[in-house]
Amino acid sequence: MLWIRNGIVVDPKNKINAEKMDIFIKNGKIVEENEVKKEECKVIDASGKLVVAGGVDMHAHIAGSKINTGRTMRPEEMRVVRNIAGKFRATVGRVLLTAPAIGYEYAKMGYTTSFEAAQPPIGALHTHEELDAIPMIDKAALPVFGNWHLVFKCIEEKNMEKLKALVAWAIERSKGFGVKVVNPGGVEAWMYGGNVKSLDDQVPGFNVTPREIITWLIKANEELGLPHSVHLHCNNLGVPGNYQTTIESIKLAKGFSNAKRQVLHVTHVQFNAYAGSSWRDAGSGAAEIAKVVNSMDNVTIDMGQPIFGHATAMTGDAPFQFSLHKLIGARWSNKDTEVETGAGIVPIGYLPNNPVHALQWAIGLELGLLVDSNKVALTTDYPNGGPFTEYPYVMAMLMSKKMREGELSKVNAYVQKATGLASIDVEKTLYEVIHMTRSLPAKILGLENKGHLGIGADADIAIYNLNPLETDTSKEFEKVYKMFKSAEYTIKGGEIIVKGGELVKEVYGRTFWVDATKKADIQAVMPDIREYFNYYSVQLGNYGVEERWIKKPARIEVV
Amino acid sequence: MEDVICTFCGSVCDDGEFDTEKKKVKKFCRLGSSKFAEKQRIKAPMIDGKEVSYETAIEKAAEILANAKKPLLYGWASTANEAIRVGVLLAEKLGGVYDQCASVCHAPGTLAVIEEGLPGATLGSIKNRADVVIFWGANPAEAHPRHGLRYSISAKGLLVKDRKQRKVVVVDVRPTKTAKMADMFVQIKPGYDYAIISALRAIISGNAEVVPSEVGGVAKEKLIELAEIMKKAKYGAILYGLGVTQSRGRDRNVENAIKLIQLLNRTTRWVIWPMRGHYNVVGAGEVPAWEVGYQYAIDFSRGYPRFSPAEFSAVEVLKRKDCDAALIVASDPVAHFPKIAVKHLKQIPVIQIDPYPNMTTLLAKVVIPSAVYGIEAEGTAYRMDCIPLRVKKIIETSYWTDEKILEEILKRVEKLKG
Repeated sequence: MLWIRNGIVVDPKNKINAEKMDIFIKNGKIVEENEVKKEECKVIDASGKLVVAGGVDMHAHIAGSKINTGRTMRPEEMRVVRNIAGKFRATVGRVLLTAPAIGYEYAKMGYTTSFEAAQPPIGALHTHEELDAIPMIDKAALPVFGNWHLVFKCIEEKNMEKLKALVAWAIERSKGFGVKVVNPGGVEAWMYGGNVKSLDDQVPGFNVTPREIITWLIKANEELGLPHSVHLHCNNLGVPGNYQTTIESIKLAKGFSNAKRQVLHVTHVQFNAYAGSSWRDAGSGAAEIAKVVNSMDNVTIDMGQPIFGHATAMTGDAPFQFSLHKLIGARWSNKDTEVETGAGIVPIGYLPNNPVHALQWAIGLELGLLVDSNKVALTTDYPNGGPFTEYPYVMAMLMSKKMREGELSKVNAYVQKATGLASIDVEKTLYEVIHMTRSLPAKILGLENKGHLGIGADADIAIYNLNPLETDTSKEFEKVYKMFKSAEYTIKGGEIIVKGGELVKEVYGRTFWVDATKKADIQAVMPDIREYFNYYSVQLGNYGVEERWIKKPARIEVV
Repeated sequence: MEDVICTFCGSVCDDGEFDTEKKKVKKFCRLGSSKFAEKQRIKAPMIDGKEVSYETAIEKAAEILANAKKPLLYGWASTANEAIRVGVLLAEKLGGVYDQCASVCHAPGTLAVIEEGLPGATLGSIKNRADVVIFWGANPAEAHPRHGLRYSISAKGLLVKDRKQRKVVVVDVRPTKTAKMADMFVQIKPGYDYAIISALRAIISGNAEVVPSEVGGVAKEKLIELAEIMKKAKYGAILYGLGVTQSRGRDRNVENAIKLIQLLNRTTRWVIWPMRGHYNVVGAGEVPAWEVGYQYAIDFSRGYPRFSPAEFSAVEVLKRKDCDAALIVASDPVAHFPKIAVKHLKQIPVIQIDPYPNMTTLLAKVVIPSAVYGIEAEGTAYRMDCIPLRVKKIIETSYWTDEKILEEILKRVEKLKG
């Protein structure tokens, strides 16, 4: 039992804004005062300190063949030593971290949950093996659907029952959490060197379009009632002028509604928010996108904020990765897979003096500032935009125009012309930023017990050495940055894992997965699955991940 | 029992049928079937050749390792990920060296990945899409006997239906069994892989005039013919073997081949992938990559992992006499390492964990027999294309698994080391 005394609580979900409160913890949950015996509680004196829920990263690439190939390809990334072996594991990594390093660094920053945003269904077990190797945090993985031949077939046949059954079956078999869609149709086109350019291009070899793939998957997702909505990586990622495709894709959510959450989450939008016709005249489309997102009540986005310095591009968007390899002349890994999807990995560094990189940096911030705080979550699309360990930098930037002005003076002047960042006066409040990093991502993912400090919530808590009542986040940005970098306490499931910014205990979180098999007639699709597995290289009977193979599974049943 | 998974080669075929009464497996190739056939096992744990209990052997092994300044932990290609993970943790705890079989076979390919990346595909993608397959310095007909049937030569794919729709090319130094199955065989002089790849790059990029009339024993006309096949492919795959990684040029051969693939992808689709040998040699690299950042040749003596193949691969460590004990798991370095490396192994205490006796058993101070994954134990293995498969337990055994043995050693080491 834990008793956090006199903390200054910011808990947007429960509309608590910097109120002095006590929080009680029992059996890993937040409970009422009368449920604990105070004399038996371990007491944390949080007087004058900020108490918030543990951070929730809703989109990062933390596990599976992509990041592991990245590690293999980039030993230079692994030569930064973070921790020497002793009480805790040895950890290394500059931006690409080892699995133990990922858990430790999240914990040190006060984050307690992170979702792997792209799980190739055929490699699901690999993703889970790596998730199991990450200590400290709760986690989950989103299997990808947008280029799977059988998904195309269900849509061609206009058979929603079959598509629902396929989605439910695949999520159960991969022990996944929701429906990820990456460059729908474009990755299949890449198998013969192409891509799709618009929502209405026909996917080569199939009588479907990206528009249909997205719409049908939203419908299937909603009819199944999955906790999270469709999680979309739009077409034309990284292409100047792509903001229009993004807006068109966002508008596909019209006509769907869900009282609990959005029906479409568009991810790392910075990479899909470019105006112009080439990199010579590229500009920001962030304001236009923000306008559309703000006008709709069923769409959320996340930033995909680039951080100057090293990064590694890795996505299921294989054609984009090849373009990037050609563009910057960097190393390139690719993986085409059966249960069709693809992937690519390219090392990259964001340089303040490079006009394109400065533009990307500014667009990320524009999105964070211009989109309603209830609709934009903070991400770097780790490790695509940069390390998650720099979330505090983004948080401070969103809260301080003065900090932005200082940073703007260091970057290529092209951004002044091509974006509106300099003229944005918005300064997000601490309350809003806490929402963007805790309660909002939890809500977007449909995790009711995460991201807040209400009764019954998971006791995932971060305490920071900052008094929100006495801090001017606009002026004291350096303090804000430093404070969010290193939590005074991180509590995971009621256990203190970080104290004074240092690790004190290693724990292993749960892996959430969603079982919606009762919501669909799985038999409706089994003949087709059997037929397709004749062509795959793994026997159907050997495909999938059993719950008992996962270290600490947490099944969420959809009924 | 159906869908039994073979734990012999990197193809990891998963469609076997096991007759529990006859204790025989159907469908697998001769290599795979031989693994399932009964054969000589290490009967019991031994110290200095005398049979002891598991506990006593493990106690002794832990004592040797904990007292060593810098132990070498080598092998891992024929065991499951679960055991490999404990092995990595043990190497980290001991401040020792972790190395695996790839360091004497496919590691040059890993070095090439560091230079250029790996534009690849899974075996299922090759099966379904590849209209051209080139085996380069690889002889699957003998090393991966069902590869051709299941994934490449005559595999029936979704989009490429049969052998007629697929062109098969073999590039090798001699007419192998695989070459006999090919539509085109390009016999090259040993050690000329790099030059031939360069010539192909020149032809494909429109600079055929710089190519001499003959390269590495191959006539220019034949190289032009091969380049044409590559350019015209809708989806091509180069599958390379040790003929490329262990001949003159080594990692540079693979690097050059990857550059060729990069070039081809400007106009069509091509992928490249190594034909990995042991059933889980991929896991022996993937597990340490996520746990400590590198695939092989990892030294923990400073308390954090360092990667340097020229210093920390097993052969180099042994040659330098830079280890004072060795733990060998699922491997036989005595039979395969150079004499000078084996010489040092003879001088230090060696602990062996393996289901079967081999040359290394003869000089091991502590021998701990283990269960066979895929037959007597369940665990995860990564096929040559990094696709994970859960290999099955199909018969009961009293042997302990590698994972259990290593966990027990780790527990005792932690106690001894404090």
